[in-house]
Amino acid sequence: MRYTPHTSAEIAAMLRAIGAESVDALLAHVPEALRARASLAALPGGMDERAMRAELAALAARNRADGLAFLGAGAYPHFIPAAVEQIAGRAEFATAYTPYQPEVSQGTLQATFEFQSAIAALTGMEVANAGMYDGATAAAEAVLMTQRLRPGRPLILVARALHPHYRQVIATYLAGIKDVELVEVPYGPDGATPLPTAEQLRRASCLVLGYPNVFGVVEDLTRAAEVVHGEDCLLVSATAEALALALLRTPGAAGVDVAIAEGQSLGLPLGYGGPGLGLFASRERFVRSLPGRLVGETVDVHGRRGYVLTLATREQHIRRERATSNICTNQGLCAVQVVVYLSLLGRHGLASVAERNLRGAHALAERLRGVGTLRFSGPYFNELVLSLPDARRRWQHALGQGIVAGLPLGDWYPELEDTLLLCATELHDAAAMDRLAAALGADAAASAARAGDRA
Amino acid sequence: MSRPAGVLRYGLLPEPLIFERGAPGRTGATCDPTEVGGPAPVDVLPAGLRRDDGLAGLPEVSELDVVRHFTRLSQWNLSAATTLYPLGSCTMKYNPIVNEAIVRSPGFAALHPLLPDAWTQGALELMDRLAGFLRAVSGLPGISLQPAAGAHGELTGLKMVRAYHADRGNPRHRVLIPASAHGTNPASAALCGYTVTEMPANDAGILEVETVRAHLGPDVAAMMITNPNTIGLFERNIQAIAEAVREAGALLYCDGANMNALLGVAKPGDMGADVLQFNLHKTFSTPHGGGGPGAGPVAVSERLEPYLPTPRLVRDASGLRWSEDFPKTIGRVRSFHGNVGMLVRAYGYLRTLGGDGLTDVTAMAVLNANYIRAKLADVLPLAFQTPSLHECVFTDRDLDATGAHTLDLAKRLLDYGFFAPTIYFPLVVPGAIMIEPTETESKQTLDEFIAAVRAIVAEARETPELVKEAPHATFVGRLDETRAARRPVLRWKPPTADPG
Repeated sequence: MRYTPHTSAEIAAMLRAIGAESVDALLAHVPEALRARASLAALPGGMDERAMRAELAALAARNRADGLAFLGAGAYPHFIPAAVEQIAGRAEFATAYTPYQPEVSQGTLQATFEFQSAIAALTGMEVANAGMYDGATAAAEAVLMTQRLRPGRPLILVARALHPHYRQVIATYLAGIKDVELVEVPYGPDGATPLPTAEQLRRASCLVLGYPNVFGVVEDLTRAAEVVHGEDCLLVSATAEALALALLRTPGAAGVDVAIAEGQSLGLPLGYGGPGLGLFASRERFVRSLPGRLVGETVDVHGRRGYVLTLATREQHIRRERATSNICTNQGLCAVQVVVYLSLLGRHGLASVAERNLRGAHALAERLRGVGTLRFSGPYFNELVLSLPDARRRWQHALGQGIVAGLPLGDWYPELEDTLLLCATELHDAAAMDRLAAALGADAAASAARAGDRA
Repeated sequence: MSRPAGVLRYGLLPEPLIFERGAPGRTGATCDPTEVGGPAPVDVLPAGLRRDDGLAGLPEVSELDVVRHFTRLSQWNLSAATTLYPLGSCTMKYNPIVNEAIVRSPGFAALHPLLPDAWTQGALELMDRLAGFLRAVSGLPGISLQPAAGAHGELTGLKMVRAYHADRGNPRHRVLIPASAHGTNPASAALCGYTVTEMPANDAGILEVETVRAHLGPDVAAMMITNPNTIGLFERNIQAIAEAVREAGALLYCDGANMNALLGVAKPGDMGADVLQFNLHKTFSTPHGGGGPGAGPVAVSERLEPYLPTPRLVRDASGLRWSEDFPKTIGRVRSFHGNVGMLVRAYGYLRTLGGDGLTDVTAMAVLNANYIRAKLADVLPLAFQTPSLHECVFTDRDLDATGAHTLDLAKRLLDYGFFAPTIYFPLVVPGAIMIEPTETESKQTLDEFIAAVRAIVAEARETPELVKEAPHATFVGRLDETRAARRPVLRWKPPTADPG
């Protein structure tokens, strides 16, 4: 059989050593009633590599991954240099497991330590962990962490302008946790989140703001931190587009207590939404409340520098039901891939890609000026909300021309029915923007003409 | 800090931190920020919202610096691709390379998760077929592919348990768990607001139905059980236990961590499970990645189906599409649709093996583990004499007089070129040494491993210091974990910059 190397002579020899008559005899202690129903014969038979690849190629061909899409909304198309996947895909990284034996896992451990260091630098925070599943679960874990740090506070304040998947996952994680109430904080006319009242903040363990938020708008974290801290509440920033942090004031500099992010933008393919990577950074004084794994520096018996998993007494395999989180397997290889990407681009490359994104989105807004108007006035990075009459029909019209004109925001926000959430990254060149403007605008001209006919 | 001297050690080159390489101003890759025009950041971002540190603290290196750095680091790892990695309970089988190739196809890799369903029919079809395989293997009708890892699947399953009971007026507040369970089980239960009651096994390592009955009550929401358990023993009372759990109005959670022992042997649905999480990175061979990403789909019985996470796949005349229209759902457990890249790899594996191949997986995994058991039981006492399946657990109690213990034996194995077994787990076995060879190892490799363990046991008796000071042949020696925890250094800091 494929991947099982046993010859019949070897099987016979092994059975002799065991003292069993057959392989089946090794399974005889499993109740017959269960075994009798367990056959997998009804499943399709196996296939060779060529046939399997042909089937997968046929499935891949039914995906339109190469169309023109202006979609962000939590997952961002970016260019990934060839070296990134090649290096991170090395079997020594990919086929190891959690570095329980540090002496033969220094590659994973040092790379993870470098990842923690790079994320701390990117977010301006003091410490970062080895990663969470994704941005949304990192946000939920951040909320739970603030409940440990501010026990007895019954409210969790979450901006309505936080990505809805993040809000939904927070809600799922909180279901069944006693005496905690999730409160949505509305957004203002500029798309940013006005701060909750002092009375609310006093009763809350945290306020969670998107940074940028789901509308692409950059919230003022510095002001938020001042007000939130005034009531001894904690501020959590949640960044779905981690590349933005290369240009925006860091959560650390702004005074944020827990900065989480989705790291997919930093060298991970879209992959239909996963695997991505949750980034989780905080203050040194909160380190013992952090969820997830941490790699720390130490020395070996010869005094040489080396790295180990550390502060494990927070974790489930030691602390069991009193652990800070149930997380075990995280997204280790994604963290390695992200630190390879961050190293390859480095200080200067990352800044240039981020600037290209900001300029591109603003150039797109410029091109769409005759098509619609910006729904929100707040500053933005690489995503914007366009108001235009008949948005959904025009979106459909563009789709007919092979263009996904962003996300009709009415899907997520009924009050924003006539808007599109559009994203432009370094993958969107001038010609692509022109195509979008033409597809939306041509239709705009046509519908204006029709409106004129009716009048 | 200066670079360590570039001398080979055991054939490997030393390497500083990436931050200690490079030079100010050097960069590996850039892009032209002005190619499409648009305003400069200073023109549109107010000063208070703008970053002003020039990304200090990120590396300044060339592409070759990066390639050499991470290639050297990778070579300091042992991995399933380099050697036997007999980490019990983790199922470190061979990860077929072809599955890495298919997932990198642009048709999957460049697919945005919010594209219209009509543009993603290939991905949806793959996910639907994968769900079909999982249904067949588990004997359970409802599947969600959303959870990102095993523990995340546990959380998802227990949230559904809670929703089920809450729907019937009382969420209940206790979960029963055998003492041998993975730490994730009690941690997941606590995360769902449950208190945990641990139950002991009998002298043969098996859970008795009377023990379960004695702990059941109207406040018990669920019992979690791993089968085969973490000692590799099949819980042969499982059907009676399931019945007792059901009679008490509770639900049965099966931890699927050890599904590699059950393919074609027993289906959790037939055992009476209401919910099961798969670990695709264990059973279906997606690479473990140095600690992830994994994938932890859940399978559920009919009565839990209404509570599955959303969105869920439904099929109508125009094909497959995502639907949110399930009012009793627990909601989302992560963004988008799951670790799809891992689902693609697992599907490639399942398609390659088919039903016969999967049955052979378990048969050979059980044969390999029993071979190791038979060949080592005279030098290392077994934790239990009970017949075992895909892994075997020994103890170090016969070595007490030598002063060498399980940890030392594990470290010495590294010198012999093998990764170590899982040690000191399960907690119910003092000095546990848990070995899971998996089905992809040949007799020849197992014989080499067996010879190494036997040699080490002999060394422990004759030259115990050699074992207690191991490893000797690794790139670094035994590391000071106490120091790491006492004064945590969790990141590199620029030598002159302010902390933070």
